[in-house]
Amino acid sequence: MRWIWIDKFVEFHSGESAVAVKNVTLAEEHLHDHFPGFPVMPECLMLEAMAQTSGILVGEANDFKEKVILAKIKKCVFFDYVKPGDTLKLSAKIESLAPEAASISGRITCAEKLIAEIDLMFSHIDQNLAGKEFPKENFVFTDTFKSLLQGISSVESE
Amino acid sequence: MAMNRDEIFQEVQEVLVDALGVDNDEVTTEATLMGDLGAESIDFLDIVFRLEKAFGIKIPREELFPAESLMNNPGFINNGKLTEAGLTELREKMPHTDLAAFENNPDINKLGDLFTVGAIVNYIDTKLNAA
Repeated sequence: MRWIWIDKFVEFHSGESAVAVKNVTLAEEHLHDHFPGFPVMPECLMLEAMAQTSGILVGEANDFKEKVILAKIKKCVFFDYVKPGDTLKLSAKIESLAPEAASISGRITCAEKLIAEIDLMFSHIDQNLAGKEFPKENFVFTDTFKSLLQGISSVESE
Repeated sequence: MAMNRDEIFQEVQEVLVDALGVDNDEVTTEATLMGDLGAESIDFLDIVFRLEKAFGIKIPREELFPAESLMNNPGFINNGKLTEAGLTELREKMPHTDLAAFENNPDINKLGDLFTVGAIVNYIDTKLNAA
């Protein structure tokens, strides 16, 4: 994970579900262009936030030993705009977890209002792709993201 | 769970429509997952997950789609074709699929054609009735 697009986890149930938050601010430069005079968060970046939330959830389920790659967007539906000042709540739930892959269902809400429904599939690439070899080190889960989990990893909090 | 083949087919059809983004009428018994319905390798896992949920059963991936493990085993392949040992293995792993046509020319590139909608229905049928 080379860049972080969520602010923190507020709930983390190992192997089951997680909730992260992302605050949206006009200090994010792309909002000035998307769109001039009408800043709204690009949908692709909401998708990225959900991919990070659920990717970490899936990775943690195997102690970050697997290289977890987003493999398929099963569903991605948006219901409303997200504007600067909004706080996104990203809830992800593991639906299936197998040695080779995992599938999750996700919901993004903002102050209880449904913003998006996003279902994703992740591949554990060492277990897939016809035995193709990847670098030994886990280039997906570098240390940069670990602060997100500090004080919350595998701990249930409300 | 007592289901007849028609009910199983309808459920499988729904799974494939959702997983592959195809139309109902494209999902026929003879349709091949890769050739006709455009499935890729990650879709096979998606399909396995969805079938498990839809039918409330556990499906070992290599049981439903054994070709991947065969293709990765050099002992089963010679010059782009499955060897006799490979064919024996395939027959053992895919008892619910008619392999007669494939055995005449066991080209591994044709392995994908073995995965038909009908083969999934056969598999689920066996699985449900054995349980």
